[in-house]
Amino acid sequence: MIIPHPLLGPRDSQEFTIMGDAKLLARPDGLADGAEAAFFDYLYLRDNPAGLHRELWYHEQGDRSWLVVTRDTLTHEILGAELASDVARRLAEGAA
Amino acid sequence: MRFSGFRVVKEALTGHKGWKPLWRDPDPQPAYDIVIVGGGGHGLATAYYLANTFDKPRVAVLEKGWLGGGNIGRNTTIVRSNYLLPGNQPFYEFSLKLWEGLEQEFNFNAMMSQRGILNLIHSDAQRDAYRRRGNAMLLSGADAELLDLAAVRDMYPFLNFDNARFPIRGGLLQRRAGTARHDAVAWGFARGADLAGVDLIQNCEVTGFRIENGTVKGVETTRGYVGAGKVGVAVAGSTTRVMEKAGLRLPIESQGLQAFVSEGLKPAIDGVITFGAGHFYISQSDKGGLVFGGDIESYNSYAQRGNLPVVEDVMECGMAMLPGIGRARVLRSWGGIMDMTMDGSPIIDRTPVQGLYLNGGWCYGGFKATPASGYTFAHLLATDTPHPVTTAMRLDRFERGHLIDEKGAGAQPNLH
Repeated sequence: MIIPHPLLGPRDSQEFTIMGDAKLLARPDGLADGAEAAFFDYLYLRDNPAGLHRELWYHEQGDRSWLVVTRDTLTHEILGAELASDVARRLAEGAA
Repeated sequence: MRFSGFRVVKEALTGHKGWKPLWRDPDPQPAYDIVIVGGGGHGLATAYYLANTFDKPRVAVLEKGWLGGGNIGRNTTIVRSNYLLPGNQPFYEFSLKLWEGLEQEFNFNAMMSQRGILNLIHSDAQRDAYRRRGNAMLLSGADAELLDLAAVRDMYPFLNFDNARFPIRGGLLQRRAGTARHDAVAWGFARGADLAGVDLIQNCEVTGFRIENGTVKGVETTRGYVGAGKVGVAVAGSTTRVMEKAGLRLPIESQGLQAFVSEGLKPAIDGVITFGAGHFYISQSDKGGLVFGGDIESYNSYAQRGNLPVVEDVMECGMAMLPGIGRARVLRSWGGIMDMTMDGSPIIDRTPVQGLYLNGGWCYGGFKATPASGYTFAHLLATDTPHPVTTAMRLDRFERGHLIDEKGAGAQPNLH
């Protein structure tokens, strides 16, 4: 699989490790009401879709950036990649 | 139709005209006491034990493709009980004991061969870890032997003992472990279930569950509605996709696992050997092919195939452990979908939906579990209480914090 790195261009997925579902960027508030249930969901439950999946890849043997890669789990086709920091910033702005 | 030596000789002398199909091909009835979703190893074993051991003959197995076409037909056929944790090891030892009597039990040649599994040790720390594991195995009633270097050399003189980076220091041996003919296991259970009256319904995909007031009433299928007193789901890599039709979200990611077989070679490896410094395991089939595999793909996949980086990793591990296989040519490789749980251990439990039961999350270790998985799932379906060896394999263990994490890797399935 070739990952289109937003800064470095196309890179072999072998340079990366994968963390899993990009929902892990949206860490729940540990002090909010119902935090226990929210963390159970956050830590353990996954949508695990057959089709498009947004997931966290770490460019371990490259520039050490975290990416959010959109990939089809039925065909392994990669449709896009963006910096996880950009996605996280958008998430924070959406929440604010 | 029973199999015997006499029958084989008789058929050989009469042109093999007396063999019949091993099971019927029935249409679904309007309703059953128990419906099993998934006609793979675990689903067929469940139906077999329900009908034969727990006296529940009004059972149907619904399979979207053909029987035994998923992971039971794709694995590396290894049977063992060398786990560590108390939530796992008694279950796998129970399974190995069932394996030992399986062929007599269902009167079918599953080619069960207790040729032993040797886990190689490469460092002092690893020896300590395997000594502990061996003791855990002994405590569960299984067999285990810690071998020193001389004993390993005696068994397999062709291993790469003096590898500069991963020298071999010894091994943990389980002599009762071995291999079985994977397809024959599915066929044996299917035939045994069919003989006991179970309807094995193929080309029948479950498209939804009919749930009223939190209780399952039956399943919608591509061949019409089938009513059910209870529904048991055993669909391996498709667990998430099937259970989401009942509104459940699970602690599971589906990932690919590849396996490989070489061209046929003369007998060389008479047991199962696993590499201790990387993920690699190898045995030799009765036809002579080297059967081997390694790590999962580590990313979510429903593709039933893998990619080249893992192929390279598996070959490198193989060459580091057993350089002699370098001249053998790889004949085939293939892939299956593993339902990887967040702690690397399986789930056999009720679900929040009354009457709906789940058998899944087998990660990449489901084959060895087949008989015990079927037996204990049948126990749960028939009696509504978990079998004593599966009491830890609960669906809600993640919420309660009672994980069975053999590797201590945490909630990241691709590390298990």
